[in-house]
Amino acid sequence: MKFTPEQVKRYARHIILPEVGGKGQEKLLGAKVLLLGAGGLGSPLALYLAAAGIGNLGIIDFDVVDNSNLQRQIIHSTADIGRLKVDSARDGINGLNPDVKVTTYNTRLDSTNVLDIFKEWDIIADGCDNFPTRYLVNDACVLLGKTNVHGSIFRFEGQVTVFKSPEGPCYRCMYPEPPPPGMVPSCQEAGVLGVLPGVVGNLQAVEVIKQILGIGEPLVGKLLLYDALKAETRKLKVRKDPKCPICGEHKTITKLIDYEQFCGVPIGHEG
Amino acid sequence: MKLVVNGEAREFDRVENVAQLVKSLGGDVKFFSVALNGEFVPRGDYEKTKLGEGDDIEIVTPFPGG
Repeated sequence: MKFTPEQVKRYARHIILPEVGGKGQEKLLGAKVLLLGAGGLGSPLALYLAAAGIGNLGIIDFDVVDNSNLQRQIIHSTADIGRLKVDSARDGINGLNPDVKVTTYNTRLDSTNVLDIFKEWDIIADGCDNFPTRYLVNDACVLLGKTNVHGSIFRFEGQVTVFKSPEGPCYRCMYPEPPPPGMVPSCQEAGVLGVLPGVVGNLQAVEVIKQILGIGEPLVGKLLLYDALKAETRKLKVRKDPKCPICGEHKTITKLIDYEQFCGVPIGHEG
Repeated sequence: MKLVVNGEAREFDRVENVAQLVKSLGGDVKFFSVALNGEFVPRGDYEKTKLGEGDDIEIVTPFPGG
């Protein structure tokens, strides 16, 4: 790939880094990353990945921008209230970097569409807001062998990890079953510090870029916990569970299941 | 036995393995995951995973939010 003079200037601070360089920037421009949700985590992910020159970004969201989103979902502006989040996010990305080809999916992810959508992408960045979708995304990524860069938040705390199937553990190795409905309240019910998804989404963005460039130590088999109030982080090791129903030695899940029934809440239902 | 649970030192009676610890914490084993000395314990290994004086326990709950 030959960079245009504008690109050489735009990505100069990357190209000068030996760990990135011109070759690395080419990889970023050729990468295909799908963002699940254009919300709290999706906003910083979209903006920083766009700025970094990820050449192809997909965004899935079925929601419209609401006034109550703007405390944390920084890709959307006040003028975007009432617009589809995917449209608003696409404009935010292309306003920042016209190099990025954006594909939007104004749809609810479910068992009928997930495999067709995911197969087009290299890396999935999960910033969704409910348990049925978390398990759906996990199972789809394991079945397709896609890397899932996971971020999740609650009030003042966040979790980040990279599920890289088949070598690393999956979401079910960590959390075999969802908590019962209502036990872990959603952000809507429990509140969330607006800046928290900024921190956690950017930790995800770093892991996405490390995966594309193949640099550093990825969070594969490691769960990073972030506690904003204590200003503390902790890394926990996670091994592949040989008894995992989808990635273990004796698989009992070989295709997508009914995730609403599994979690006891409708898909897309927050919490 | 003294254990450190989510950063807090606590005293436990008759707790020898992870399954007993989870029970004494009053939670159903299904509701959260347990890391012992910085490493997740697979759900099926709770009974056989013995605890020792001063072990560091992290109770981890999944977050739905994004």
